[in-house]
Amino acid sequence: MEKQVLLTIKGLQIEGRSGDAWHPIVKGVDLTLHKGEVLGLIGESGAGKSTLGLAAMGFARDGCRISGGTIDFDGIDLRQAPEAQRRGLRGKRIAYVAQSAAASFNPSHKLIDQYCEGPVVHGVMPRKNAESDAVELYRRMRLPNPEDIGFRYPHQVSGGQLQRAMTAMAMACRPDLIIFDEPTTALDVTTQIEVLAAIRDIVRQFGTAAIYITHDLAVVAQMADRIKVLLRGDEVEEADTRSMLAAPKQDYTKSLWAVRSFARAAQPQATGTPVVSVRNVTAGYGAVDVLKDISFDIHAGRTVAVVGESGSGKSTTARVITGLLSPRQGEVLMGGKPLPSSFKARSRDELRQCQMIYQMADTALNPKLRLRELIGRPAEMYLGLKGKALEARIRDLLTLIELEPDKYIDRFPGELSGGQKQRIGIARALAAEPQLIICDEVTSALDQIVQEGILKLLDRLQRELNLAFMFITHDLATVKSIADEVVVMQNGAVVERGPKAALFSAPQEAYTNLLLSSVPEMDPDWLNRLLAARGEHA
Amino acid sequence: MADIWRMIGRRLLLGILTLFVISLVIFGATELLPGDLARELLGQSATEETLAALREQLGLNDPAPLRYLKWLMGVLQGDFGVSMATQKPIAELVGARLGNTMFLALYAAALAIPLSLVLGILAALWRNSIFDRASNALALTSISFPEFFVAYILVLWLAQTGIFPSMVRITGSTTFGDRLYMSFLPALTLTLVVTAHMMRMTRAAIINLLASPYIEMARLKGMSPLRVVLRHAVPNALAPIINVVALNLAYLITGVVIVEVVFVYPGLGQLMVDAVTNRDIAVVQAIALIFATAYVLLNLIADVMSTITNPRLMHRR
Repeated sequence: MEKQVLLTIKGLQIEGRSGDAWHPIVKGVDLTLHKGEVLGLIGESGAGKSTLGLAAMGFARDGCRISGGTIDFDGIDLRQAPEAQRRGLRGKRIAYVAQSAAASFNPSHKLIDQYCEGPVVHGVMPRKNAESDAVELYRRMRLPNPEDIGFRYPHQVSGGQLQRAMTAMAMACRPDLIIFDEPTTALDVTTQIEVLAAIRDIVRQFGTAAIYITHDLAVVAQMADRIKVLLRGDEVEEADTRSMLAAPKQDYTKSLWAVRSFARAAQPQATGTPVVSVRNVTAGYGAVDVLKDISFDIHAGRTVAVVGESGSGKSTTARVITGLLSPRQGEVLMGGKPLPSSFKARSRDELRQCQMIYQMADTALNPKLRLRELIGRPAEMYLGLKGKALEARIRDLLTLIELEPDKYIDRFPGELSGGQKQRIGIARALAAEPQLIICDEVTSALDQIVQEGILKLLDRLQRELNLAFMFITHDLATVKSIADEVVVMQNGAVVERGPKAALFSAPQEAYTNLLLSSVPEMDPDWLNRLLAARGEHA
Repeated sequence: MADIWRMIGRRLLLGILTLFVISLVIFGATELLPGDLARELLGQSATEETLAALREQLGLNDPAPLRYLKWLMGVLQGDFGVSMATQKPIAELVGARLGNTMFLALYAAALAIPLSLVLGILAALWRNSIFDRASNALALTSISFPEFFVAYILVLWLAQTGIFPSMVRITGSTTFGDRLYMSFLPALTLTLVVTAHMMRMTRAAIINLLASPYIEMARLKGMSPLRVVLRHAVPNALAPIINVVALNLAYLITGVVIVEVVFVYPGLGQLMVDAVTNRDIAVVQAIALIFATAYVLLNLIADVMSTITNPRLMHRR
């Protein structure tokens, strides 16, 4: 079958403005896409994936400009074409699916109104036809109640359904090309499967070409015919999916592939009094019980991973342990003794024993304070360190998290990279010399290579300081690499708990099995096999 | 829908409670005013006997709480008492003036609200353009001058040249068209004063939303800039816009005192100024209560409308 070229990008350069200066975001990238072909764009944050994807629509975000190269879409020069002509293509022949459907649907209009807007304004079909077409596409995207779901507002529909509705909306004018910009990144793994399958089917049914942007290799392996790897605005390499996965050529690509290799050494079964025991805790907000009778222990020197989808009660559990939320029933024991339920009633020493590290290091660190103050505060408050002793302690902590004290001690958080900020979050928790550190999705906002570094650091600190970790995450790859024991939560209840090896090799509960099997694997046939095994049509 | 009615009911009860507190404040404040009403009415030459007789007649010798209760009971039945200066029932006096004030407020609102919304939307659409800067500068200029100054400038330009009258004389036989013509200058003054606030709020509320992912989505669907602003940004900016409009409407009703005096407009503000000069306490109290009611009602309406325009509050999951 001879393939026609649909999109040709040559030597594309895009610049972004910071202050008065323009700095390059995309540095001369070439890209060719054939009709009906799916190209995966992969890279870490800041690689220029989204910027490149938008440029394929002849679009640059505010504060960005396309400064060089050519973009040819089916014979139309998107750089030279007048804005009105480009606008006529957008939504009609080139469509876009955004990362967060919840934020990208207008909260003021019903789904079907937003669906029909494109076809009607572009003059593709009248409203009546667009409406019946929408129902048909909702059905094909396997949305529940396809006849009615369009007449709901975005806030009345779940995230996974919205993402499918957005894909249906992108299909409304039967475009030649769809840009998928991390469409499943914000979704839970079990939801992700359905969305991936629906997207892949519909793209195949209509023979639509697509650029699929993601940072998740396993996801792109399921979706793309070809993969292009980007690094800081440059192309690293490009090849068809199977050969790319089997034999990456460049070192950077190999390092991406190898990222998930870290695994903490297996630990013997923990004994003795646990550092923290959660005993039959039921808790919630208002009249709703978010946690239902949950119990588990965390021992010194061990990591307990609490996994579950969003809304399963993971973070609420952390709030109960730290005393931010008083349970309705049950209690939290520390070293065998019951802790007061509210943090207000806890002694300073009890507070010191339990520290937290947060998901967004950006917002968890006061941007107006230097690292010296950020790390020094807890050491001063809990341990009474002052003057030289405090300074020495701060330097020790910085050394511990592998940041050179002389270079960093007087910096502000804004002068650090994302991974370095997260290290400061760790140092701040360590400064109180706690027994337990609760890590709430600490690696979720980081690139995979950076995640690896943080996980290794946490593992080393645990071995050296005999710390107990409670590791809240939805990412099962992280669990595999760092956990000793796993607690699986669903709808506020503990579904299953046990040592990692046992749980991963022989899950006892159907939900655990569903969760584990939903984690994408780097095998291009994984999704097909999974869908076949679950009895859904592929 | 039932939720909305429940909310309106709750807010109405709260509003009544607020008005009750305000009535206490009004009554208490007028109690604190220095001077003797009887002496004020009868003049310096009055004898002690006539003064005492008048005080008795006006009920001024009763203790304050009793007088408050009597006053409140009257107000609840629509009886604000009798004006001491003119000996007419206050309800009658205020009634005609209230109509005039409402007319002027609505007139100014009819000019100012469309003007400021259109200017605000266009300024947001063409942000940082010459148009944006010029309309911002003009609006800021007009809000920065005191109202009486704006009023006299307009009189100088538009009344001295004989285009519009500088005084408003409304009688029973004045036609609607004449009223519009005669009240044009006060209405224009008020328009100039309130437009800047509403326009800048509209512009800011819209621009605030233009960075939202759904606005980018609309642009990537190939929608024109005007459609993006009107259909995608404005519906989400309605709550702040409605609130600033309500605030300015309340100002148009209650804040017109100076403008009414300058143009000798027979409205409530003018009446209030006269009543204060004459120590006609009952009239001052009645007007203050009417102004307070206008504030409470307009805020209630604004809250209800903000709720109705927000699908997240109207259509729960």
